[in-house]
Amino acid sequence: MRRFLTTLLMTTVAMMLAIPAMAADTIKIGFNIPLTGDIPEVGEGSKNAAEMYLADINGAGGLDVGGKKYKLEFIYMDNESKAESAVNAALKLIEQEEVVAIIGPNSSKQAVPAGGTCNDNRVPMISPWSTNPDTTKDRPWVFRAAFLDPFQGPVVADFAAKKFGAKTAAVLFDISNDYSKGLAEIFKSSWEAKGLGPVVAFESHGTKDQDFSAQLTTIIATKPDFIFIPDNYNQVALIVQQARDLGYKGPFMGSDAWGTPDLIKLCGEQCYGQYFSTHYAAAGAVGATKVFIDRYMEKYGAEPADYAALTWDSIGLLVEGIKNAGKVDSNPREMRQAIRDGLSAIKSFDGITGSSKFDEQGDPIKCAVIVKISDEGKFVFEESVCP
Amino acid sequence: MDFIIQNILNALQWGSFYALIALGYTLVYGVLRLINFAHGDIFMVGAYISFFVAGFLLKPALGLSPAMTFVITVPLTMALTSIVGVTLERIAYRPLRHKGAHRLYVVITALMCGLILEYSNLAVLGASRLKFPELLEKQIWNLGGITLTNLKVLVIVTAIVVFLFLQWVVTKTRIGMAMRGISYDKFAIPLMGIPIDTIIVFTFILGSAFAGLAGLLFAMSYPVLEPFMGMLIGWKAFIAAVVGGIGDIKGAFVGGFLLGFIEVGVVTVFPSTYRDLFAFTILLLILWMKPTGLFGMPQSTKI
Repeated sequence: MRRFLTTLLMTTVAMMLAIPAMAADTIKIGFNIPLTGDIPEVGEGSKNAAEMYLADINGAGGLDVGGKKYKLEFIYMDNESKAESAVNAALKLIEQEEVVAIIGPNSSKQAVPAGGTCNDNRVPMISPWSTNPDTTKDRPWVFRAAFLDPFQGPVVADFAAKKFGAKTAAVLFDISNDYSKGLAEIFKSSWEAKGLGPVVAFESHGTKDQDFSAQLTTIIATKPDFIFIPDNYNQVALIVQQARDLGYKGPFMGSDAWGTPDLIKLCGEQCYGQYFSTHYAAAGAVGATKVFIDRYMEKYGAEPADYAALTWDSIGLLVEGIKNAGKVDSNPREMRQAIRDGLSAIKSFDGITGSSKFDEQGDPIKCAVIVKISDEGKFVFEESVCP
Repeated sequence: MDFIIQNILNALQWGSFYALIALGYTLVYGVLRLINFAHGDIFMVGAYISFFVAGFLLKPALGLSPAMTFVITVPLTMALTSIVGVTLERIAYRPLRHKGAHRLYVVITALMCGLILEYSNLAVLGASRLKFPELLEKQIWNLGGITLTNLKVLVIVTAIVVFLFLQWVVTKTRIGMAMRGISYDKFAIPLMGIPIDTIIVFTFILGSAFAGLAGLLFAMSYPVLEPFMGMLIGWKAFIAAVVGGIGDIKGAFVGGFLLGFIEVGVVTVFPSTYRDLFAFTILLLILWMKPTGLFGMPQSTKI
């Protein structure tokens, strides 16, 4: 009996010693994504792309860092598409899971607060989809894969002025969403800077709102040439329908948050023929982008939306950063520092959403795409705008 | 002027939903003195039921036209939603009532039932939004600058008809008299040979059926469904019922429209962030001046 207990004790001790030793062979990466809440489609797409990347790396025996192969481990944490939950998810990943880097949150609404948390805790974070400047501003630990709203706003304004021959614009945005609010304000100033005409209506709504008739009545009364809606896809569906019900016949213009397959499911024919700016267009892609799209289609039976492609690129960036670090430290703090230095050493990156150069804030400078929603509900490439 | 009339119509439509849901709160409260906090979620369940009923009826194999589908969906949704309401009463509220639990515990149970409905929906159907199919061919009428859809008219008319119907049931029928009786004295009424449980079940049938109807109309007007769609609107409708004087049918009706008008009115003038601030400040002032609500009477027969 005594011998048995001794053996048991020794095995336990051995196992306890063995676990950290085993853990040193894996690199733990956290994902802070919206699997439930307002935009579950976004979390789903990100996770799909990540799973694909993970299978690639681990299928090849792991990631080669400094001559040794390390397995990757991805931990997905749901941020419920809420700002406060995104902070909690980041803290959980940092403190409990001890990840060495975090990918996500996607939306600026969560990425701005979670970026602060990661920066304060000295953990490298890459947001795939966030376009609000505040996400990475003065935060040396926070990076991103998407272009910024100060670039996107003028792109939208220029396109609308050219395509619709518009003189006046109206904006309806979500005031409790950093992304929507920030982009609306940038759009307003860049439209007014063009000198074609004023922004005749600048109306806001809340995230949980379902009735927009009061705001739309105000907007329609000012007779704008087009309405800019920098909103999430679920609200776009309701806004477009209600605007039509109130007798608005002009065009709408959207932003990158429109680009999900669910937009077509929820909005249907009423969104056909509208334009929005985004990160890439699946239709007509070539090279590595096409390979990614085909593989994704085969695996999940749907076209990958921009956030899926950007998540793929974010992981690519992170892998590049880890390779630049050149070593894997079993101490997560040391490893985080090494990855951050590795990430900030990246000067340019060729991803499936285009190639980008990085400025001193860690923000990529890359091209935007304008997409038209065709009469079959497909996102068709219209034009590409580069800085 | 067009602008004002258009916004009055917007407010009437939005207020109709508050009124329809508030009527359900007030009915149950009037009879049982129970705040049925699950009511907003019964409304959500109603919207989902109508989604599945309509989806089933629209299958090409059945060959029904959308308009015909609508005609069948209405009673079917009301019936199925009332089954959900009655089930809640049967498995959650009645056992507590029979054990003589304090009303507070029943209210907490109601809150829990609402959460159970929300999260079981989330667990079963996932967080992805559903798109409600178009049942009525939409007609947009343009009357000199004012636009009106047939759906908007239908919603407003339904709210008024439901109010008149419930008012008639409660004040003019024998069963309504029994409902008022239970509200007056729950202990004496069984002695008069009135089956108290049956009357309570009937109350839940009425309340839930109209929550289902509201869910259907809401899904047709705002065709994006999600598991938490009933939460906020349910709470606001409850507040509307309290301001109108909870337990009073007329109060719920007026309170619902009042809240609709305040919300739409505030948004037309101020940024949308001020909406809830102004709306609830006004409602607070009303309660401050009249603590029992606009039509409520202190300590007397409710309903």
